[in-house]
Order: sequence, then C-alpha cells, then structure tokens
Amino acid sequence: MRHRLRVNPIACEAHGMCAELLPERISLDEWGYPVLDAKPLSAELVAHAERAAQACPTFALLVERRRDQ
Amino acid sequence: MSAPEPPGLPRLLTGIPEHGALSLREHLALHGELPTFGARKRRGAQELIEQVELAGLRGRGGGGFPAGAKLRAVAGAARSPLGGGPVVLVNAAEGEPASYKDRTLLQALPHLVLDGSELAARAIAAEEIVLGVCETATAALRSLGDALAERASQQSRGAPRVRLVAVPNRYVAGQESALVNHVNGGPAVPTFTPPLPFERGVRRRPTLVANAETLAHIALIARHGPDWFRELGIASQPGSALVTLSGAQLAYPGVYEIEIGSPLSALIEAAGGLDGQLRAVLVGGYAGAWVDGALLRGVALSDEHLAPYGAALGAGVLVLLSSESCPVAELTRLTRWLAAQSARQCGPCVFGLDAIATVVEQLTLGTAERGAQQRLQALAALVRGRGACSHPDGAARLVSSALEVFAQELADHARHGPCAACERPSELPRPRPSAATTGGASAKPKPAPRELVSTP
Repeated sequence: MRHRLRVNPIACEAHGMCAELLPERISLDEWGYPVLDAKPLSAELVAHAERAAQACPTFALLVERRRDQ
Repeated sequence: MSAPEPPGLPRLLTGIPEHGALSLREHLALHGELPTFGARKRRGAQELIEQVELAGLRGRGGGGFPAGAKLRAVAGAARSPLGGGPVVLVNAAEGEPASYKDRTLLQALPHLVLDGSELAARAIAAEEIVLGVCETATAALRSLGDALAERASQQSRGAPRVRLVAVPNRYVAGQESALVNHVNGGPAVPTFTPPLPFERGVRRRPTLVANAETLAHIALIARHGPDWFRELGIASQPGSALVTLSGAQLAYPGVYEIEIGSPLSALIEAAGGLDGQLRAVLVGGYAGAWVDGALLRGVALSDEHLAPYGAALGAGVLVLLSSESCPVAELTRLTRWLAAQSARQCGPCVFGLDAIATVVEQLTLGTAERGAQQRLQALAALVRGRGACSHPDGAARLVSSALEVFAQELADHARHGPCAACERPSELPRPRPSAATTGGASAKPKPAPRELVSTP
C-alpha cells in the first residue's frame, strides 16, 4: 500500500493546521495555503499524515491509499 | 448506402451556405446518410469506437485527449452495475475570448455535430444528449434549435433525448467538471475530482464530455473510415483542425480549417497576409503561450512541432501580435482578466493570479521592485497545479512564456515606465460581454440551466 497526500483546494480555507502537524511534508505559501510534497509517504509518516488530515477543520487534506502495482 | 466522394480540405467547413445553416436535406446530400454500424447493437457500437481509435482522433476542446479512449472509458463505466444510462455532453461552452470555431461550426453546420453526438450516443448506449452552448452564441443556439426540430420528425424510437442548455459566458465554464456541474443545476464552476465525468457526470451517470468539433470529425470518420481520416495531418495528430486566427493587421481574421502539421505561414497567407511585422503569436488562447513571431512563422501547426516552444495547438487559437503593439500592455490586460475569471474557489488561484496581475501592472508602470521578473517566475511556479482545475496553470504558462519572449520589453518598462505603444488599443480579440457575468465570476449558486429546446 502506498500513501500520498492530496489537498482539496476548494475545501481548503488556509487554517494551516496541516503544516503544524506534518512539517516534514507540508509548508504554507505566502497566503497560508498548503504546499504539499507529492512524494509517497514513508511508513513512519503515515500516522502523522492521518492525524493531520483528521485535524483539518474543513477535511481538505486527504491521505490517498493506492495499491502497489 | 455509399457516401459521396470524401472531401480533401475543407472536410468540416464544406457546403457552408451564404446565410443561415445547412439544412438536414442539404447536409445528407453533401455527406450521405449516417452509417448504422452493423445489425447487432453491441457490435456496431464496438466498431465505431474502434474506428475512432484507429483514426487517432484527439479531442479538439484544448485537452487533446484521445477521443476513442474516452469513448471506451465511458462505455466501460456504463457497464458497471452502478453506472446507469450514460449521457453525451457536447461541449460548446467556448469561454475562450479568442476562439469562435465551435459557435461557427454549430451555426453553419449543426447537423455535422448532431450526427457525431448521435454516433457517440449509440457507441456508449446513451439515454440522453445534452448540448452545452455558450449563452453569447445566440446564432448557434438558434441554428441548433432549428436543426433539432428538423431531425425530430425522423427520430427513430428509442433514440436518446436531446437537450439544449445555455452555458454562462465565463472562462472556466467549459472545464469538464464545471460544465457537468452547471447542467446538474449547480454553478458553472469546477468541482474537485475524482469522480471524473466519465464515472459520474450528468445526473450522476457516466458522461462523455466531448467538444463540438471532435464530434463533427467523428461524423466524418464514421462515413469515410480511419484511413481516410489519416490522409491528412501527422502520425501523432492526424486529420484536419479548426483554428480561430485573429490579429489586428490580418486581412481576413476568422475560422479556418487546416491540415494539422501545415505551416503557420500558409495559414497567414490564406487569411490574406499580414500588413506589417509579426512580433509574437499567442498560441492556445488567453491562457496559452507566447511564441516569438520570428521563430514561429516557419513552424508547423501541431502539438509535436509546437512543444519545443512550450505551446500546443489546443483548441486552435492563434492570435497574431504585430510589432507596433506593446506586448507588455497586452500582458497586463491578459493577466488581470485571467485573475478576474478565477472561479474564486481555490486560494492559490484567487491570491496567486491577483498577485501575478499586480506585479505585471507594476512592471508596466515602471514602479515594480527590483527582481520583479524573478518574482513573477516564482509566482507562476507557485500557482501551477494548485487549483481544482487548470486555470492557474494556464495563467502560469502565459506569464512564463511572456518572461522569455518579451524579456527585452519587460526590462525596458521596468526601467522607463510605459512606452508610446502602451496607449494603443489591444490587438487581442476582446472578451465577449455577457449579462450573466459582471466582472469576476463567483461560486454563488445560480438558477438551474435554462432549457431552450427539448426533444422528442
């Protein structure tokens, strides 16, 4: 299983929680919107990513699971 | 049932009457009856999809996605138990100010597009055909309404319903998910995907969203076959294409049908030649790429040949900018317009496109801080890929190409402020005024789409 971050830009309201909780992969642009590192998440980061997704007030952060080929 | 001699060029734009549209009778006399594709339904449908695949037809709405693969994807989604009866959604939203090939096609030759829609509907066993046409294209809407009335009497039982829907005149309304959203009664703004329309579109049904010109080509491929289609064009992009050519110093701007891969110089010649020097060409529309005129004149018009210049044929928009114009002033108007056309749903698009337009304005006025060009480059990189649709990507492409092609002019303005040519009127086709959109677009819910004609 591969995990990858994705943001729903329509839902995102720049609360910035995700960057606080997952600074390894998420930074904020000059307007406060998240800039994601699109690399697949390493195993130890998945739990942190899921916590960040749950903390998003608008549920705009998604941790997508994709089965390995 | 043999079709008349297949035309060379023009293929689509043939038999255009001086006034009004080609009638159904005239259309059938010119192109022959619509082939039925085999006696058995399922096999016939397969056959059409195969023919479109073999022809190598690519979508003509800007994306350039293979039309056969798209048909196959919708047909596949429709077979799933969750699918439901699929829908064909004809995209003639044409919100691009510099494009009017779709409305021209629909206005003069509505039956070609309707043939293609019917064939596509048969190939995916669609229950409904929805025609989405820009609200400002009143002649096309009228012509389509008349054409549907002509065909209604000859409609066989079990034929799909046909619905004509006026689409708001806004840049992003033609984006697939925005069009689907509008037809479903929502605002004409993009939605977050997936689901993509081929999985879940109009009324949550698998939906084939196809550009009007793409369907017109399908109408001819069905009649003459894939080999005939490939007689024109290049291997990677076969066939002919409609282009909208404009420019202030062009004798006859308008919609032309070209062989894909033919040189721009030949097209300019066909349009009566250029009165003056060519500074640059805007390829692909308001959110397209600028290409240096000196480089482009000999270049062939195809995605393959335009790729080295960061451009693509897309929906066939070509705007010629003369050397008497001020490209910086043109860029200022373009970037501000693109910012205003944001659906205002995604933060990076709302703030990023406004920031881009502001820096370009400062550059033009000579009030920009040092390193404004680098700032623009960084902003372009920052907004790319960060919207629900590709609107910010288009703005980024436009700015990046301008920084390269107009480096000298931008530096001059940054240092000395406005030039003498800044005052000249724009050489670009003006955005179409419309009652529905005043200034910027908004995501506020709009009333359900207005249905102009309904059959049977």
